[in-house]
Amino acid sequence: MVGVLKTLVFLLSLLPLAWYGWGMWQDALGANPIEAVTRGLGTWALNFLLITLSVTPARKLTGWHALMRLRRMLGLFAFFYAVLHLMTYLWFDQFFAWTEIAQDILKRPFITVGMAAFVLLVPLAATSSNAAIRRLGGRRWQALHRSVYAIALLAVLHFSWMVKFDQSQPLLYAAILAVLLGVRALWRERERKEQLAGKYQPKPRGRVIPILPK
Amino acid sequence: MHNAHPPLPSEITPPEIYARRRDFLKTSIGAALLAAVPSAPTFAAAPPFGAGALKSPLSTDDKPTPYKHVTGYNNFAEFGPGKDDPARLAHRLQTRPWQVTIGGLVKKPVTLGVEDVLKLAPLEERIYRLRCVEGWSMVVPWLGFPLDLLLKQAEPLGSAKYVEFVSVVQPEVMPGVQYRLLDWPYVEGLRLDEARHPLTLLALGLYDEVLPKQNGAPLRLVVPWKYGFKSAKSIVSIRFVEHEPRTLWMRTAPDEYGFYSNVNPDVPHPRWSQARERRIGEFFKRDTLPFNGYAEQVASLYTGMDLKKHF
Repeated sequence: MVGVLKTLVFLLSLLPLAWYGWGMWQDALGANPIEAVTRGLGTWALNFLLITLSVTPARKLTGWHALMRLRRMLGLFAFFYAVLHLMTYLWFDQFFAWTEIAQDILKRPFITVGMAAFVLLVPLAATSSNAAIRRLGGRRWQALHRSVYAIALLAVLHFSWMVKFDQSQPLLYAAILAVLLGVRALWRERERKEQLAGKYQPKPRGRVIPILPK
Repeated sequence: MHNAHPPLPSEITPPEIYARRRDFLKTSIGAALLAAVPSAPTFAAAPPFGAGALKSPLSTDDKPTPYKHVTGYNNFAEFGPGKDDPARLAHRLQTRPWQVTIGGLVKKPVTLGVEDVLKLAPLEERIYRLRCVEGWSMVVPWLGFPLDLLLKQAEPLGSAKYVEFVSVVQPEVMPGVQYRLLDWPYVEGLRLDEARHPLTLLALGLYDEVLPKQNGAPLRLVVPWKYGFKSAKSIVSIRFVEHEPRTLWMRTAPDEYGFYSNVNPDVPHPRWSQARERRIGEFFKRDTLPFNGYAEQVASLYTGMDLKKHF
């Protein structure tokens, strides 16, 4: 059952790539296809980042724990689209002019934060295997992977600073991210209170990092 | 249907279609059918808007960007922030009747209908490069005549140093105005010598036809050595003033958009480089030229000026 779902989600996740590939082939991406592809791939990297971040809240709300089995794949798709997005910039926009790329990263804040988000994604993708989790240990792995919250913030900032003047789309992404991070903060605060009230019984070998009282 | 002035954008037919219509008329079957349809001859009577336009020596040899991109990829934020919004929505713009008033520091303030404007001078075809501040460019075969021929009508006073251009606001058909996307109306400006420069064009058409609405019908400014946003669309007011006009983009983001906004590969936009551009239809970027390749004609306007400061 989960296997079928996973295959289905995998194939669905390739659809954006297929769309842009087909669009380039058929010249169906308008007057500025390179820009459409670059922006589209970036948008999908961000989409997958937010989809990945909604897995945990969705599981808590629905109680459907099988969703957790999709999270790694969705996160890796975020990385996959981020790699493609970066490649279109390096290749089609700059044609590997490294001096100019370096200048862009240093001087243009929207590229600085975008590149920071990408660089921070690399270790997460690199430690996504079971072996890596074992090697790092659950706690350290979890601590490392919490950087995804910062990455998502940087990615939304990257989008917002890139846009010329119409902030409606970046604001929509910011709002969704605020909800996704907000529910976590809320739940965490609730747990903390319960812990302080003595209701919380830590499991002897639980995967959750115990929350220390303030 | 029989008006003294040329057809307005709402009446125009895409060139491919009138070309086909001509093929149709050439055939005898077509002619026979035509005789049976009383209203048909009115279509056939209208020659293309640009017929007989003079070919300007100021035109570039660069290959014009295809019509569908020139008329389908536009910034006209009154109709929305997307590049395809103008092509989808601008057909609702009311361009008839249309008057443009020329006032401010002038001896003879005038208000002209677009049909009067068209009588001022013969149309020229000018193929100009257009460089958008966003980093893309096109080559557009405009139809129009030097702006100066229009400006002269009002006899500007000696105290006039700048010219301010105001674009139309029709909130009921402009979603970008309804949502207050920017601080409307669209205001642009030029120094007087820039406005009177022979390259500065008052465009009334493109690609042999009346200016499509998404391109700023019925009349717009074209200043080919400046970023595209300086070339105000759908102009209703021209005013001669003493001080530098505060343009919409200067009000919106003063650190990003200066009054001059000459195309300059050496002055980056604060958020992106201006060293290169993507010509619509080309795969890789090409180098951006100082003054968009018009340095020979216009660089002397700015001698002694620090163009990094006056960006």
